[in-house]
Amino acid sequence: MVTIDLPTLAFEVYECDSPSLAVTISKQELLDMYREMVVIRRMEMAADGLYKAKMIRGFCHLCTGQEAVPVGMERGITKDDVIITAYRCHGYTYVRGASVTSIIAELLGNELGVSKGKGGSMHMFAKNFYGGNGIVGAQVPVGAGHAFTQKYLNQQACTFALYGDGAANQGQVFEAYNMAKLWDLPAVFVCENNMYGMGTSSKRSSASTEYYTRAGYIPGIKVNGMDVLAVRQVCAYARELAITGHGPMLLEMVTYRYGGHSMSDPGTTYRTREEVQHMRSANDPSTGLKQRILDNSVADETTLKQMEREIRAEVDAAVAQAKAGKEPAESELFTEIYLKGSEPAELRGRDIEETHYYK
Amino acid sequence: MASATSGGNPDGIKPGVAHSQLLCTTTEAALKNPELAAVASSDTKRMNLYQAVNEALATALSTDETAVVFGEDVAFGGVFRCTMGLAQQFGKSRVFNTPLCEQGIAGFGIGMAAEGHTAIAEIQFADYIFPAFDQLVNEAAKYRYRSGGQFDCGGLTVRTPCSAVGHGGHYHSQTPEAYFAHTPGLKVVMPRSPIQAKGLLLASIRDRNPVIFLEPKVLYRAAVEQVPVDDYELPLEKAEILKEGKDVTLVGWGSQIYALENAIQIAEKRMPGISCELIDLRSILPWDVDTVAASVHKTGRLVVAHEAPQTGGFAAEIISKVTERCFLRMESPPQRVCGWDTPFPLVFERFYMPTMIRCYEGIRRAMEY
Repeated sequence: MVTIDLPTLAFEVYECDSPSLAVTISKQELLDMYREMVVIRRMEMAADGLYKAKMIRGFCHLCTGQEAVPVGMERGITKDDVIITAYRCHGYTYVRGASVTSIIAELLGNELGVSKGKGGSMHMFAKNFYGGNGIVGAQVPVGAGHAFTQKYLNQQACTFALYGDGAANQGQVFEAYNMAKLWDLPAVFVCENNMYGMGTSSKRSSASTEYYTRAGYIPGIKVNGMDVLAVRQVCAYARELAITGHGPMLLEMVTYRYGGHSMSDPGTTYRTREEVQHMRSANDPSTGLKQRILDNSVADETTLKQMEREIRAEVDAAVAQAKAGKEPAESELFTEIYLKGSEPAELRGRDIEETHYYK
Repeated sequence: MASATSGGNPDGIKPGVAHSQLLCTTTEAALKNPELAAVASSDTKRMNLYQAVNEALATALSTDETAVVFGEDVAFGGVFRCTMGLAQQFGKSRVFNTPLCEQGIAGFGIGMAAEGHTAIAEIQFADYIFPAFDQLVNEAAKYRYRSGGQFDCGGLTVRTPCSAVGHGGHYHSQTPEAYFAHTPGLKVVMPRSPIQAKGLLLASIRDRNPVIFLEPKVLYRAAVEQVPVDDYELPLEKAEILKEGKDVTLVGWGSQIYALENAIQIAEKRMPGISCELIDLRSILPWDVDTVAASVHKTGRLVVAHEAPQTGGFAAEIISKVTERCFLRMESPPQRVCGWDTPFPLVFERFYMPTMIRCYEGIRRAMEY
């Protein structure tokens, strides 16, 4: 085990105590976290390439630069806790247990995909990971519902409901805050503040950019979301409060996406290339963790380089495997609309000959 | 058009639900319904529609420990008293008030249902369901499909009072079934009477697909029947033929059924020898094409009536489908008798409604083509 001290300003708190700045963690866990962040980075880069090669179509939102949030969160909570997020979901899908192959295959829209190729980029799921939701802010009250059930069933678990700085201005987010506080639900609201709601900087969209204070009656903590250990620490802290009956908590993870909002946004029209470059060189989450690993003699540069090479080969192999997947069967168009056995008698396809008869 | 909008009382008809022959006001009448064969030996109790809804909710709560009822003011009984006494009987953790936030209520219900709960949400008026439209159409309806069957919110039922009440104005009168009927993944149901309400609501709650359950608020007190006290369900996606006839098929749902009943009385009196077939669609989505098409195949004529505006209303879908199926059997163009394409009016409600006279004119147009 090693103990790593977080910077004094790692947390800014609102109406609550600060989590401890001392992180005690095993060497293996540090290496595992590094591995996961590098896998997500490589996976997103592969998706970027496949998109530009026109093999992935439709919408695609990459989390390059934001890897510390899913990786740190997963390490701070348990598999019994629920995560629900919006459309920038690939990293969460991976840390919740889906394989790189199944994620890439989902992006390619084939049957090896985590949602059988029927969901695509925005609709990925895993055990206790409820997506992958396409509508800005809509997942937040859904998360409150999950938290209610956990409380109702006396589960020792809570729900992390995530949204971006853009979605933070959606009315239903405040509806969810209110219900969660009113009923003391084990809900942890997490604003992933990557500074831009699509192409609008948070300062131009939000009357208050202190997202961690915006519920007023819910305590909050602002965290450096580029520091995976700070994310891990704060998530464990919020979880502990939530499951011990202290009600909801609001976390703001200040992070940064290196790419555009989606693949159709170059990401350079509303911010300077210098800004992006500065974030990459000064604040990169993987580089930050790597430095800690080296500083604490957990592993040396050669070992980490070797790990990176292995990950590269693994992701390449996963992509090749995903590419070999077949299109979903045509009959999948008609399945899983209603519970099997309770469908209408028929659904029409493109023409009358294609009518699908359920019964 | 003067006669169409007079709302008068020609031919000595006793109009409205209060005089309806379709309601089962005796135990015997109630229990001879073959769909209630499973509870044929049940006791019955005189109930209006809100009491029948209340009884269905109590049954759901007592037979399913994951069932929870929530919405604006439901712990106090709700504005129409549908949830009276449930909080006392089942506890405040299972029957509770939400804040005034329809979108949040729907989303919250979806989350609960995704965890396997039976979530029974009330939206206080159907006119208030639109803030929740995204949650219902994008989140609830597509959950199963977009996750490749990993997750669903089939335990979600959203109850909401709909349709005209005589003085509701723009925002307490609308009937939004057509908006939701455009959404594969949802089911949409509307009962016409207390017996129907109890059986269809229990079926909707237990159906493992999200269901929008529209309750015609004018019937809450006005419709009274002897309702079986035992636990029973009525089939979803199945229309019911309320009166057999050979010359024209009339299709409606909810409170519109009673305007159609009266229109038939006028038509059969003024056009001696004709007989009209009356069908209560009950489920708007998915709807029972076979029953309606078989009827039109027999009669050759079709009138569909609903309170919602005509353009894009569900009558259009019914007529389109039936025309595909029965084109060569049609004796006259199918008729729609609907609300006008205006906002639901306050002061002009009597002119807006597809009353028995307007429904009768629809029958006449179908017969005299």
